[in-house]
Amino acid sequence: MAKKVLMKGNEAIAEAAIKSGCLHFFGYPITPQTEISEYMAKRMPKVGGLCLQAESEISAINMIMGAAAAGSRCLTSSSSPGISLKSEGISYIVGCDLPCVIVNVQRGGPGLGGIQPSQQDYYQATKANGHGDEHVLVLAPSSVQEMAQLTSEAFDLADIYRMPAMILADGALGQMMEPVDFDVMSKRDVPEKTWATNGTEGKRKKNIINSLLIDPVELENSVIARFKKYDEIAEKEVKYEEYKCDDADIVIVAYGITSRICKTAIAAARAKGIKVGLFRPITLWPYPKKQLGALADKAKHFLVCELNMGQMVDDVKVATECKKPVSFFGRTGGMIPSPDEVLAEIEKLAATL
Amino acid sequence: MVVFDKPKSLSPVPFHYCPGCTHGIVHRLVAEVLDELDLCGKTVCVSPVGCSVFAYNYFECDMIEAAHGRAPAVATGVKRTHPDNIVFTYQGDGDLAAIGTAETVHVGARGENITIIFINNCIYGMTGGQMAPTTMPGQVTTTSPYGRDRRIQGSPIRVCEMLSTLDGVAYAERVAVNTVPNVKKAKAAIKKAFQNQIDKKGLSIVEVLSTCPTNWGMTPEAALEWVKTDMIPFYPLGVYKDADVKELNPTSTKEVNE
Repeated sequence: MAKKVLMKGNEAIAEAAIKSGCLHFFGYPITPQTEISEYMAKRMPKVGGLCLQAESEISAINMIMGAAAAGSRCLTSSSSPGISLKSEGISYIVGCDLPCVIVNVQRGGPGLGGIQPSQQDYYQATKANGHGDEHVLVLAPSSVQEMAQLTSEAFDLADIYRMPAMILADGALGQMMEPVDFDVMSKRDVPEKTWATNGTEGKRKKNIINSLLIDPVELENSVIARFKKYDEIAEKEVKYEEYKCDDADIVIVAYGITSRICKTAIAAARAKGIKVGLFRPITLWPYPKKQLGALADKAKHFLVCELNMGQMVDDVKVATECKKPVSFFGRTGGMIPSPDEVLAEIEKLAATL
Repeated sequence: MVVFDKPKSLSPVPFHYCPGCTHGIVHRLVAEVLDELDLCGKTVCVSPVGCSVFAYNYFECDMIEAAHGRAPAVATGVKRTHPDNIVFTYQGDGDLAAIGTAETVHVGARGENITIIFINNCIYGMTGGQMAPTTMPGQVTTTSPYGRDRRIQGSPIRVCEMLSTLDGVAYAERVAVNTVPNVKKAKAAIKKAFQNQIDKKGLSIVEVLSTCPTNWGMTPEAALEWVKTDMIPFYPLGVYKDADVKELNPTSTKEVNE
């Protein structure tokens, strides 16, 4: 039987990264994700890797750019305000088609906000990590096990598609402890990094890692090529979970920590005879549009539940083509709804059906 | 017979630089050094944002084009991944001493074993002649049209002097390329800065006083003269630090463990 380890979510990410062959971590302390840096600082020297604390988030993401360009599997992590600082670098890394993994253990915002869990960076993560037409893969774990599992998948996806992958977690997942099984890490075939800048050795032409394309025709073509890749990813790499959706009148759409609160509320609602289920997107980009859309013919109502003011509502409306009403319930700024609050919302909705 | 040839480390393409601009001289000096030390095949250059943004077209080694000011951080990522590669950044004054000041100071504080070629021409060239962190007191630029007033726009940064105070910096020298003797001294400094990296001595920076006739509004000849009459008195040439700080710049845990 696989040996399970009791770990914090943040530590699980760090250990999963190391087990995935990550040898370079660059970060900057910020609550509630600092355990990732601390874990890396302890472990990396033991495995011949490097944990380097940068002078800023900006430097950390650019060190990632250098390490990724040099062919390293590398990781950086931060929390919401720090991710904003990284956004310039993320855009450049996308523009240079470099693979890396970025972790955002979200906290409340805007501004310095607070240090409690939130999902207020959904828009930023899925629509606009940086300037320009660009996307990064966004994976949303809902347990410590998934913090580990999705981290290892993120490394493979990043390498396969030569682009950044983000783990979009939250302070609750980062801080809570659960058992983790590290024997189930992703092990996909990844292409060789023949494009890496690690010296020509006089044996090949120089490699250039660059996001500057001054000729608009060339730039347009490169963006279009990248979007073709995005289409392929949307086709092949979508991940989601359906829970009690088969007979559901109400489908709750929730990801991350919120999905677990919703599952508790669903059990209570089902005990009262309300047919309610959960659709949980695991990849937030690409969004499981078709799969969620397929539920729009059966369900009567969609309820989006998030730790923000309703940032995913638009995606649900698009996926379901507004065939059924979509309403929203959430808490924000670091507040977390109790299962009873979600249950009350379900009951309120059920009364209208 | 003396044959004046293009260094192998320079790509066979014409530079885009303005007439009288000294970027071309500095590119050539770097390439000559890469040839002489036989480094091109193991070198990674990180180019900046500014006039030398297209440096990736000009050097034959592997190239990375960084965001404005971030070259030292990018170079850190490369060097820490491959400590045996030779890594250098090529940066202008706005890139290195304004938007990238934090990256510059901390790459020095960490004593990264890389080489920085710093072009100081007292102005933003690519965007068309705006005030730089190194623009001299009284100097007219498009954003200091009445001359840089230190009481309003602050005072210029002397980069070599500042960096020489950091423990991790092995070598900081300011040179100029306005005369033949100065070009020769500049090449010697650049060579030393790369040799230091081979010898793992720590961060080496060579600041090159350079010209920008286009944005200074001068003929190339007058620009070279201005380097002598105005820049050098304000930015004195010379070695500001020359030390072996090898002990301070481990580049891999493997080396530390050994």
